[in-house]
Amino acid sequence: MLTLECPYCGVQADETELSPGGEAHLKRFGPGSDIDDFEGYLFMRENPKGVHFERWRHAYGCGKWFLAARDTATLEVFGTYPAQTTEPPQALREAISAKRPGWRWRDFA
Amino acid sequence: MKHYSVFAVAREALRQHTGWDRAWAKAEPKKKYDVIIVGAGGHGLATAYYLGKNHGIRNVAILEKGWLGGGNTGRNTTIIRSNYLQDPSAAIYEKSRSLYETLSQDLNYNIMFSPRGVMMLAQTQHEIRGYQRTAHANGLQGVETAFIGPDKVKELCPIINISGPRYPVLGALWQPRGGTARHDAVAWGYARACSAMGMDIIQQCEVTGIRRDAGKVVGVDTTKGPIDCDKLALVTAGHIGVMANMAGFRLPVESLALQALVSEPIKPVMDVVVMANTVHGYMSQSDKGEMVIGGGTDGFNNYTQRGSFHHIEETVRALVETFPMISRLKMLRQWGGIVDMTGDRSPILSKTPVEGIFVNCGWGTGGFKAIPGSGWAMAELMAKGASPLTEEFSMWRFREGKFIDESVAAGVAH
Ligand SMILES: Cc1cc2nc3c(=O)[nH]c(=O)nc-3n(C[C@H](O)[C@H](O)[C@H](O)COP(=O)(O)OP(=O)(O)OC[C@H]3O[C@@H](n4cnc5c(N)ncnc54)[C@H](O)[C@@H]3O)c2cc1C
Ligand SMILES: [Zn+2]
Repeated sequence: MLTLECPYCGVQADETELSPGGEAHLKRFGPGSDIDDFEGYLFMRENPKGVHFERWRHAYGCGKWFLAARDTATLEVFGTYPAQTTEPPQALREAISAKRPGWRWRDFA
Repeated sequence: MKHYSVFAVAREALRQHTGWDRAWAKAEPKKKYDVIIVGAGGHGLATAYYLGKNHGIRNVAILEKGWLGGGNTGRNTTIIRSNYLQDPSAAIYEKSRSLYETLSQDLNYNIMFSPRGVMMLAQTQHEIRGYQRTAHANGLQGVETAFIGPDKVKELCPIINISGPRYPVLGALWQPRGGTARHDAVAWGYARACSAMGMDIIQQCEVTGIRRDAGKVVGVDTTKGPIDCDKLALVTAGHIGVMANMAGFRLPVESLALQALVSEPIKPVMDVVVMANTVHGYMSQSDKGEMVIGGGTDGFNNYTQRGSFHHIEETVRALVETFPMISRLKMLRQWGGIVDMTGDRSPILSKTPVEGIFVNCGWGTGGFKAIPGSGWAMAELMAKGASPLTEEFSMWRFREGKFIDESVAAGVAH
């Protein structure tokens, strides 16, 4: 069973305590953006076999949204971080690089 | 290819079965093919078969990273039905179901199609209305279904508890010519027929790159070296995102684990397939006597072919309420497959931004039933550049807002 640490309350939460919320760091485009941007935001997904960033909610705990970095091919969890950020924290990216040299996810590496 | 028949069985019985051929030939890659198909699951093999049979295109290779039929095709619970709501779905799924009726004869391979009937239980008022609507839609589409009451449900499947405390059975959508087939045999039968037409099925050959030149496909890199082609079909189900990444475009697909399980074998207790979408579980009995059970997908992206235990628990809990007699059954095996889910729960059969590359994916939790129809349609699309069956299933339907919304029609879509 998947276990993620909630970055707000520090609880090691079992999967049954959490709700998955899909891909992280989706960027909504403002007025004047084109149909490609909108299509990408609404429908297109990274779906990598490897390093992935996701939204989760500590549904049966503090109720807050947070973000997680995982490997979809091994189910290894690299870390979790608060949702109030537009990109993965530098320290977490370095920790992933130590384990998965050369990883890339959208424009992050 | 030697013809299988009762006479062949008798002849071989007299000579200790020494005369059987290999069902398909072992092949090594040639330098170039007209068409390369990535993924020897049911959909890839059926695409190849109808390219050869319907369109005379036989210089075809099917590349498979593992063994043929070892993906979702060999992991599914084999439910075949075509009682979908939307017209484009009914067209391709009913085409498929009708091809299943005569597939054993067509392939000269017993795929054990068993049109024992499929019922989808209505356990809320909302579901009654939903299924009545589907039954009316099916009537207009020429798909034979009916909405039946609880007494008829009990008559067709006596082991159901129709007066359950939480979710009594209020009726069902009944498709008498739905049913099951043997999943491995479907893959093997198509593989044998493809091989007999001279196509190369190359196993343990993983595609690692897609070579393009000026926006057009020219070939693939594989673990057995580079191979050239004029046209390329990507038919890798859960791994379609990996392929799209190699080809340089994105898809509206996410890969999730879907699990199933079977019980110890018991004497025959049910001769129909029952799906209970409100409680998220479905069950049928295999010819060996095992109860074949499945439920909904896991919630997060996953490529490991393993799911989470609590989903199994939820499924079994739901089914014990509907079928109290299974409460003491021991479960024998449990497994998972990686399913390719689109936003509207309908597949993608489409050209792509790269000329010469075609994609057939997004069958998600319910593509076994679609194998013959999807292969038929995909072959037409690749050979002629268009097919009436695939028109609405293009990968661009999302940006146009033309969804084929089956997510409500098929809560547990198998
Ligand atoms: C538990 C479970 C239950 C299901 N129940 C039902 C059901 O009751 N009814 C129903 O209709 N459907 C059901 N489905 C869905 C159905 O199994 C699938 O939709 C269908 O089998 C997909 O077939 P496919 O040929 O597209 O994919 P697959 O059979 O998965 O074949 C894809 C192949 O591509 C290969 N591949 C991947 N990457 C590469 C690469 N780089 N190079 C070469 N080869 C590659 C894989 O090894 C695989 O063999 C179920 C699925 C699961 C997992
Ligand atoms: Zn919390």
